[in-house]
Amino acid sequence: MSSNSLEIVGAPGLKRRAKILVAKIGLDGHDRGAKVIARALKEYGFEVVYIGIRQTPEMIAKAAVQEDVDIIGISIHSGAHMVLIPELIEHLKRLNAEDIKVIVGGIIPWEDAQRLKSMGVSEVFTPDTPIEVIVEKINKLLAGKNVEQK
Amino acid sequence: MTFNKEFIEKLKSLIDQWERDKIELGYRDRLDRFTTDSGIKVKTVYTPLDIADSDYFEKIGLPGVYPFTRGIHYNMYRGKIWTMREFSGFGSPEDTNKRLKYLVEHGETGLSIAFDHPTLIGLDPDNPLAAGEVGVTGVSVATIEDMDLLFKDIDMGKITTNMTINPPAPVMLSFYVAVARSRGVSDDRIGGTVQNDQLKEFIAQKTWVFPPRSALKIGIDVIEWSVKNLPKWNPISISGYHIYEAGATAVQELAFTLADGIEYVRAMINRGYSVDDFAPRLSFFFVSGINVFEHIAKFRAARRMWAKIMKEWFGARKKRSMWLRFHTQTSGVELRAIEPYNNIIRITLQAIAAVLGGTQSLHTNAFDEALALPTEFSAKLALRTQQIIAYESGLADTVDPLGGSYYIEWLTDKIEEEAWKIIDRVESMGGMLNAIENGYPQREITESAYKKQKEIEEMKKIVVGVNAFKGELLEEEVKIPLFEVNEEQIRKHQIDKLKRFKSSRDGIKVKRVLAELERAAMRGENIMPYVYNAAVSKATLEEIMNSLKSVYGEWSEPILY
Amino acid sequence: MSKNNIDTLLYRALNGDIRAISKLLTIIEFPADHDIETISSIMRNLMNRGGKAHIIGVTGSPGVGKSTLISKLISLFRDRNERVAVLSIDPSSPFTLGSFMGNRIRMQSHSLDPNVFIRSTATRGVTGGLSPSSVLLIEAFDGLGFDKIIIESVGVGQTDVDIINVSHTVINVLMPGAGDEIQAMKAGIMEIGDIYVVNKSDKPEADLVYRQLTEIIRSSKYKSKYGWVPKVVKVSSIMGHGISELGDIIDEHRKFLIDRGSFSDIIIHRRVYSVELILKYIIEEKIRKDLKKDGSDILDKVVSGNIDPYTASLTIYNKLAKTC
Repeated sequence: MSSNSLEIVGAPGLKRRAKILVAKIGLDGHDRGAKVIARALKEYGFEVVYIGIRQTPEMIAKAAVQEDVDIIGISIHSGAHMVLIPELIEHLKRLNAEDIKVIVGGIIPWEDAQRLKSMGVSEVFTPDTPIEVIVEKINKLLAGKNVEQK
Repeated sequence: MTFNKEFIEKLKSLIDQWERDKIELGYRDRLDRFTTDSGIKVKTVYTPLDIADSDYFEKIGLPGVYPFTRGIHYNMYRGKIWTMREFSGFGSPEDTNKRLKYLVEHGETGLSIAFDHPTLIGLDPDNPLAAGEVGVTGVSVATIEDMDLLFKDIDMGKITTNMTINPPAPVMLSFYVAVARSRGVSDDRIGGTVQNDQLKEFIAQKTWVFPPRSALKIGIDVIEWSVKNLPKWNPISISGYHIYEAGATAVQELAFTLADGIEYVRAMINRGYSVDDFAPRLSFFFVSGINVFEHIAKFRAARRMWAKIMKEWFGARKKRSMWLRFHTQTSGVELRAIEPYNNIIRITLQAIAAVLGGTQSLHTNAFDEALALPTEFSAKLALRTQQIIAYESGLADTVDPLGGSYYIEWLTDKIEEEAWKIIDRVESMGGMLNAIENGYPQREITESAYKKQKEIEEMKKIVVGVNAFKGELLEEEVKIPLFEVNEEQIRKHQIDKLKRFKSSRDGIKVKRVLAELERAAMRGENIMPYVYNAAVSKATLEEIMNSLKSVYGEWSEPILY
Repeated sequence: MSKNNIDTLLYRALNGDIRAISKLLTIIEFPADHDIETISSIMRNLMNRGGKAHIIGVTGSPGVGKSTLISKLISLFRDRNERVAVLSIDPSSPFTLGSFMGNRIRMQSHSLDPNVFIRSTATRGVTGGLSPSSVLLIEAFDGLGFDKIIIESVGVGQTDVDIINVSHTVINVLMPGAGDEIQAMKAGIMEIGDIYVVNKSDKPEADLVYRQLTEIIRSSKYKSKYGWVPKVVKVSSIMGHGISELGDIIDEHRKFLIDRGSFSDIIIHRRVYSVELILKYIIEEKIRKDLKKDGSDILDKVVSGNIDPYTASLTIYNKLAKTC
């Protein structure tokens, strides 16, 4: 990097931090897990965009692109994951944003989790997953990206 | 309790000696601190000293007598076992109808309907937002015809039905009453409950549609209409369950629920009713958690507090107005996806707390609910859990068997004291509606949820198989047979039926009754007669809800950080 | 980044591709990740195109309903077929530098509209105010051809002051029961806005706040920038009441600025201010770093009372000036 680069200032505010979008897809209102995760991620030093409940796949994909996030974290308890998550992935493709990683948490049976992963979901977390493990997996997904990890 | 001086002195010196001996003999606690799940510090042992200030007659007394700490009835389960009411619903009304009949065949004594998410927020199955969700976590009901199918061959004049529905409560109640009436059931035989707890939607369950003030108005319309027309109907179930499930402690659950109740009572009084006109029809709904004693004490404190609120704050004179009648559901968030069969034991403990706490009706979860909807097998097992407690354990043979336990009485007092503090705080904000608009309960609950998660992660709270005693999982623990619904097929079925329904009706009439509803809502009238009229004129759930939205507006989530 | 790549990105962004707009914004937002030539060529291109957008800053304490109001304003501007960008600013945690950005929730209904672009950003540990890159994001939105750029502030302190410095029109949102704000205004210690919105007008106490505000503005010499007399409007964001009236006042203010030639003055001011902000930021960073590195012996002497803070500061300044 050249000597007139702004990096020389070492300015923390001008250096990219990992940004994560947390959303609840579908119609269920159980946002406890999503909120706990969003808050924990903030405390780990991530920048978290929280868009709350009743989000459609398209709304989430567009928000993620506008925010230029690294990761989308989806929480779902309604059982509609096999319909809604593939739709989300499809929308990301259409927006030329397949590089945004998708992780999913919620009530998701084991077989469904395997199918979701084969469709391009990076990680599926059950409700009992410790936050530490989630952060560890997120950091793995961020490896190679030019962002500060936690 | 009053003890004479000599007794207290003697006991004090005994305890002093015992404390010294304990240390001398080297007894050490395995934890620095023992607390209930709400964080109330628990001592090694409790004695009469701990309840010496508590007046027996004022605080404990006898069942069926004010302040009803020990139960609202004189003989409780010796007279009648609690109602076994399993929350169920999935797929089309036809599918759920089969499940309901199956449960009744196996000894269920009341019905409880779970609606799917589109229904819960007032969408018809053909709404694009409903895709993927029709009939998945509950039954899809969009028309009066669906309601009729749901209760096919079920005697609506005999069995009572709970409907867990909130913003669309006016619509669903209209469907239900209309179907019952069409079968010749007279209004005084229509029994059951519609949840209709609009305020807690903003605190916890989050199936809101209308903004808080309008939602409260609609909820009160339902209460007013029911009190006038349906003498046996509970037009509201003031619910703590979802508040707890959203992360609140048992103390917060209790306090916020009663604070909601206070707001409803005030709203009815503001409409010109005297408290004894409607209070006997108010019912409650609490969670029963794994922290057994805390929940027992919570139920006892709840009864005592509500009786006091009704009598002393609102001047109720009828005993029934002072009764806190409640349904209980065992906690779902305390169930685990890992080693799911362990949940059977958790549910049993939770159910024991509910029974020892004196519940009027009980839903026991199925052990596989952390993974999916219950199968026929797991639903039956849940019901059997209740039956074993009721008929084999002897827990139901005497009233409030833990009453008088030094610990339970102390804990009941303590929980009451803590809950009053929160209620006072809400009162100082001008009541629950204001508190909700300020985000107070929402923030407190989010905070508690975060704390609970941290306690588990930091091993301050042990969850077997989750953060402790973890081992290799057996194949039969991982691949358990789960209940599956074919959503696409159900959605298609429901949409086809809806199309036929719409083409068979008088469209002009539907438009007219909806316009009448909107005008009535604009004038600020009670909307129920108009909603009922729209329901019997074959307007659909979503059509009626859209009319209401056009007048009352829609709510979106506030940011509470 | 190669010139070709930059040109392609710019081309796509200028044609409304949201992925490209977003990537462009990220480059501007985090200049430390790129060489200065890349940043420079992008910024120059956009700044040459800019200068047309109407920048609206929305301030007010947390919880007054800024996001809901903005959502309604978006609808209003969209009805007139204007392109709208929103920059929503949230505080960063001073400890972890993490941030919880939740304002978007209330604007999500616009996320499917290709002519609305919403971006959340954080203050990122900058001493109290707006991160310098936020100002450049506004510049970028302007260059990308958005007609209205709405900035949602954190609602406290220096950030609000910074927002006033870069906006054409400042909307200050209050709600019933805003006693503290009214007192602060009376005492003249609150920054003046161009438009005061009393939100939640369905509440009975709204009238009182409205009357108090109107009275303060009438009875005092309060004029906001360029001699504009602030306007007060009652709004219920949830019900949508008062929004079109607010829209009219926003237009009136814009016309007022254009008629006096002040509209472009504000753009000049903004650009100068952005340099000030960045410089201040660089110098503060330098002080913070160099103090740790080179200044510790001087600081020790200040601590022990052997050097006074004036002399110490001058000594350090002279040292810094040489290395700059």
